[in-house]
Amino acid sequence: MQERSRFGTSLLPYLLIAPQLAITAVFFLWPAAVALWQSTQAQDAFGTSSVFVGFSNFKQLFADPLYLSSFGTTLEFSALVVVSGLVLSLFFAAMADRVTRGKSIYQTLLIWPYAVAPVIAAVLWGFLFNPSIGLVAYGLGKIGISWNHALNGGQAMFLVVLASVWKQFSYNFLFFYAGLQAIPRSLIEAAAIDGAGPVRRFFNIALPMLSPTSFFLLVVNLVYAFFDTFPIIDAATGGGPGQSTRTLIYKIYDDGFKGLDIGSSGAQSVVLMLIVVALTLVQFRFIERRVQYS
Amino acid sequence: MLKPRFLRSLALGAAMLFGATQAALATTEIQFWHAMESTLGDRLNDIANDFNKSQSQYKIVPVYKGTYDQTLAAGIAAYRSGDAPAILQVYEVGTATMIAAKKAVIPVSQVFQQAGIKLDTNAFVPTIASYYSDSKTGQLVSMPFNSSTPVLYYNKDAFKKAGLDPNSPPQTWDELAADAAKLKASGMSCGYSSGWQSWIQLENYSAWHGAPFASRNNGFDGTDAVLEFNKPLQVAHIQFLANMAKQGTFSYVGRKDEPNSKFYSGDCGIITGSSGALASIRKYAKFSFGTGFMPYDATVQGAPQNAIIGGASLWVLAGKDPAVYKGVAQFLAYLTSPAVAAKWHQDTGYLPVTKAAYDLTRQQGFYDKNPGSDTAIRQMLNKPPLPFTKGLRLGNMPQIRTVIDEELEDVWAGKKTPQQALDSAVERGNDLLRRFQNQAN
Repeated sequence: MQERSRFGTSLLPYLLIAPQLAITAVFFLWPAAVALWQSTQAQDAFGTSSVFVGFSNFKQLFADPLYLSSFGTTLEFSALVVVSGLVLSLFFAAMADRVTRGKSIYQTLLIWPYAVAPVIAAVLWGFLFNPSIGLVAYGLGKIGISWNHALNGGQAMFLVVLASVWKQFSYNFLFFYAGLQAIPRSLIEAAAIDGAGPVRRFFNIALPMLSPTSFFLLVVNLVYAFFDTFPIIDAATGGGPGQSTRTLIYKIYDDGFKGLDIGSSGAQSVVLMLIVVALTLVQFRFIERRVQYS
Repeated sequence: MLKPRFLRSLALGAAMLFGATQAALATTEIQFWHAMESTLGDRLNDIANDFNKSQSQYKIVPVYKGTYDQTLAAGIAAYRSGDAPAILQVYEVGTATMIAAKKAVIPVSQVFQQAGIKLDTNAFVPTIASYYSDSKTGQLVSMPFNSSTPVLYYNKDAFKKAGLDPNSPPQTWDELAADAAKLKASGMSCGYSSGWQSWIQLENYSAWHGAPFASRNNGFDGTDAVLEFNKPLQVAHIQFLANMAKQGTFSYVGRKDEPNSKFYSGDCGIITGSSGALASIRKYAKFSFGTGFMPYDATVQGAPQNAIIGGASLWVLAGKDPAVYKGVAQFLAYLTSPAVAAKWHQDTGYLPVTKAAYDLTRQQGFYDKNPGSDTAIRQMLNKPPLPFTKGLRLGNMPQIRTVIDEELEDVWAGKKTPQQALDSAVERGNDLLRRFQNQAN
């Protein structure tokens, strides 16, 4: 009752969250609705004619064995990006946490990649691994590994995963590092006095205490791998060789913006949206149970 | 004291604002979105500046919008939101998409007619004009601007070192394979490489050997065309390249211009690439190089036929003020005037689009001073085109090219036979054609 009398009206709280609601509506709900509408249409590129075709865009997609196989590619790519991204950044965060001298230099250098645009990251790594002029490709050639990601699917996958992980690395690092800093020193010191070595302290104290951070990063990284990696793939491999790096999100981009096939692209984004919603639900339902929010 | 002063500055400000608006009204701005980067973009800006100085009624504003596909996507998005440029540069494989968008574009022949400026279709190089003309009326639908054909580049120094004659580039595919083997034997890591495999090894290979790429005269006669590049002629050629790949004399390094850097770095002795790459090769190659015609298969009767073009043309988008289109017509006429077109051709390595520009360049002695710079145009004019070697007009062509890239990569990697890959490419490509046909209707 006291709360009520303080505001006088119940309109204020709605007004206060209105800007956030407006942003959500304009940038999330509205585009999603448009995608849903477009997925049921056959349109020419300029949108001068549009015909309702029901589920035919979806039917055509699921009749295409190559579309189905790009689910596998996407899973492989996302798993590699998320797992190696999280493990590496946690490792570096744990190392940086132990450093006593020149701490800020390490921190700055490790956070740097975050300021780089995805396309630049891909071009950078693509340049290093360029079969004809790349420094790394040249070095690999010297030790007997012939590098040509234009022809070798495994190498192409390695390259796009590497660039994607590197791009997201700083973000993960920052969260893990902050999480480690927040662990009470007394706990760690107590463990040390009890004779636990650095490795034991990490696995028995730091890791469990980081579980909320890890869970958050897991969700964020999965969304990143599913949605935000098409500029990297576009610049590094263009989905090739063959279809070996053609993930779902890259296919949406390619069919929509290069192929100008709005209907199919819309249907694909609806499918992808459903997958990510399902994955996020599963994560919150099953994995979050194991998270300890102190 | 303060008040009158404030009023005075207010009045002055208003006057200036009014004056500025008046000045802006006097010239009509015309947006021109294009995909010409770095030096090509500079040349294009020069042309626009010269045009703007030549008269005071119109002002062409060229805007670089990224790669060809990005430019097209940007133009379409702008059209959908009602803010389209008057002139949009669209790559050759987007032609069918543009023609299908009848409400969104105005054929250039109509733009000229309404502006009262004469447009002589016969002034253009026939194979270039026909690529961008209505197949029924023969009227130009877009303005030819930058066209290229695939040419062969070879490293003369490497030829000498390998004991080959530096003044005779390989003319047939057999000769090319033999030369590439000798280059490899002389210690080169790559004998032959090629980018743009769909454009060069299938689209142009078919035309160069007098064969259709698709039915209905490569789609010029209707959107119900089906792909036909899985015939014995093309399968044999892909098999030939696959054999070279196996022997290590053909190196595949990428879908686009990647072989160019392998050529001017001295890694590859021979490449086939766009004639538009001449400027950058001339700039970076530290050895003497030569150009030649695309190789042909000597066992095919009538070969070589003629090359078909790549590159882009300029489209006029609908929905602007009539005054704008007058300016557009004037600018397009200016672009194709012999002096301007000839200079563009000489500066960039793109083909001269009009016969007058070609003649002018010849009279100026440009080809004598720059041997090899006329290879692209001579290939194009090699023989009068057959109905199915005038070009391609297929919907969803950018995606069909991606399909071909994917399938051929499986051949170079040894995962598919040429017949399997081409059959699959034709099947997948036909699905895309049918999809386009349904959308367009």
